[in-house]
Amino acid sequence: MAETMQLEIFRYRPEKESVPSFQTYEVPFREDWVVLDAINYIKDEIDGTLSYRWSCQMGVCGSCGMMVNGVPKLSCAVFLKDYHPNKIRIEPLTGFPVERDLIFEMNDFMTKLKEMQPYIIRKEGEERSLEEGEYIQSPAELAHFKQYSMCINCMLCYAACPVYALDSTFIGPAAIALGQRYNMDSRDQGRDARQEVIASHDGIWECTFVGECSAVCPKHVDPAAAIQRAKVSSTVDWFKDVLIPWGKKK
Amino acid sequence: MSTYHRPVSNTWWLKQKSYFLFMIRELTSVFVAGYCIFLLVLVYKLTQGADAYGNFMAALKLPISVALHLITLIFVLYHTITWFNLTPKILVLYRGEDRIPQGLVAATFYAGWVVVSIIVAWLVLGV
Amino acid sequence: MAKSNEPIWWSLFSAGGMVAAMIFPILIIITGILVPFGLAGDDPLNFEKISTGISNQLIKLILFTIITLPLFHWAHRFRFTLVDVGLKSMSTLISILCYGGAIAGTIVSAVVFWNI
Repeated sequence: MAETMQLEIFRYRPEKESVPSFQTYEVPFREDWVVLDAINYIKDEIDGTLSYRWSCQMGVCGSCGMMVNGVPKLSCAVFLKDYHPNKIRIEPLTGFPVERDLIFEMNDFMTKLKEMQPYIIRKEGEERSLEEGEYIQSPAELAHFKQYSMCINCMLCYAACPVYALDSTFIGPAAIALGQRYNMDSRDQGRDARQEVIASHDGIWECTFVGECSAVCPKHVDPAAAIQRAKVSSTVDWFKDVLIPWGKKK
Repeated sequence: MSTYHRPVSNTWWLKQKSYFLFMIRELTSVFVAGYCIFLLVLVYKLTQGADAYGNFMAALKLPISVALHLITLIFVLYHTITWFNLTPKILVLYRGEDRIPQGLVAATFYAGWVVVSIIVAWLVLGV
Repeated sequence: MAKSNEPIWWSLFSAGGMVAAMIFPILIIITGILVPFGLAGDDPLNFEKISTGISNQLIKLILFTIITLPLFHWAHRFRFTLVDVGLKSMSTLISILCYGGAIAGTIVSAVVFWNI
C-alpha cells in the first residue's frame, strides 16, 4: 500500500451552508508533489466539488495563494514532503471574504490597485510622441524600482498582514509597493497624483512594519521596505509643505 | 448567496513566532518610556538637593532597582537590535546600479552605537 | 482621501527611537550595573560633579532631548500596539492619551529642567 497523506481543507458552499467546515482527504504521498498537485488529485479522483484557483503551476501567475498550516503560500510552490507525515490544513487567504471553498473575493484589492494608478503618468504637455522616440532609462535607474515590479498580485502579503486582517480599509502592501514601482520609475511623473492615496490615513500610515508581508512574498518584492520608504518621502514632503508653504505647489 | 467573513482574533499575535516577536518589539517602547521617567526623576532629585539625590543614588543599589534595570536593558537591547537591523530597509543607497549592501549599512549603525556608548560613558563617568 | 498629518508623529517616533537605540543601553548599564556594583570608581555620579555638568546649557538641552524624544517614540508605537490588538474603535481616545502623555511628560521635564 503506497504512502498517503491527509489534507484538511476549508469548505464553504453558500448554497447549502451558512458556516464553513473542514473536510479531510487522503491523498497519495509523492516526493515531488506540491500541495497543488494533491489538491488537483482530490478534484480529479475524490471530490470534484472542491473549488480553488490555479493556473501556471510555476509561481508566476499568482493565482494559487492559500493558507497552508496558517501561513500564506503559493500552493504550487509548497512541497508535500516538507509536511509529511503530518496532516496539512488548507484555508483561503486570511483577511478576504470567502466566496466558495478556497476562493476568496479579490474586489477590494482590485479597487485599491486601480486607485494607485499603476501606469506611467506624464505631466500635461510632457508626453512623448511616437516620433520623439523611447524614454531613455539607464540600468541604474531601472535598478531603483525593478524589485517592486516583480509583484505577481498573489496577495500572500495581504494574508500575512495583521493590520489588513483587522481593518480592510488599509491600502495594503502590494498596492503600495506597486505605487512605489511607478513613483521610482524615472519615466514617471505621477508621484503627486498617487500621494493622495499613499499618504492618506488608510495608506502607508496604517502600517506598523510587522514585516510579514515581505517574509511571505514569493517574488522577494519586499513591500514592507517600499512602505517604510514611502513614509520617509511622505514625511519629507509634509515638512516641505509645512515649512515652505509658499513653495511651488504642483 | 453570500460571502463568508471569517472572524479575526485579537490574539493573532500569539499564533506565530514572527508575530509574537513583533509584539515584543512593540512592547519595548514601554520600557523605553519607563527609563525616560527614571531619568527625569534622577534630574528632579538633583534639583531637590544633595540629600534627596544621595538617597536616590543609594536606592540604585537595591535589588529591585538592579532587577528592573536588567529587565529594561534586555528589552531596550531588543529595540536597538531590531532598530538597526531594519534601518537598512529604509535607508536605501545606491552606487550606480549596485545597492549598498544592507549588512554594511547596519554595521555602520552598530559601529556608531559603540562609538556613542563610549563617548557617553566617558562623559558621564569620567570627566 | 486627504493627506494625513501622521508625519509629525512618525518623525518624533523615529527620532526618539534612534535616541533610545543609541544612548539608552549604555545609560542603563551605567545606572543599573556599573554604579550599583561600584564598577566605575568611587561615587562616579556624585552630586557635585553631576550638578556642575548639568548646569551647562548644552548638556541640559541634550539631556532634555534624551528624556523627551523617546517618550514620543513610546507614544506612537504604543498607540499602534493598542490598535493592533483590536482597539481600533477607540483610536481617537488612544491617540489623545498616548500623545497627550508624551506632551505632558515634555512639559513636566521642561519645568524640572527650568528649575536646575
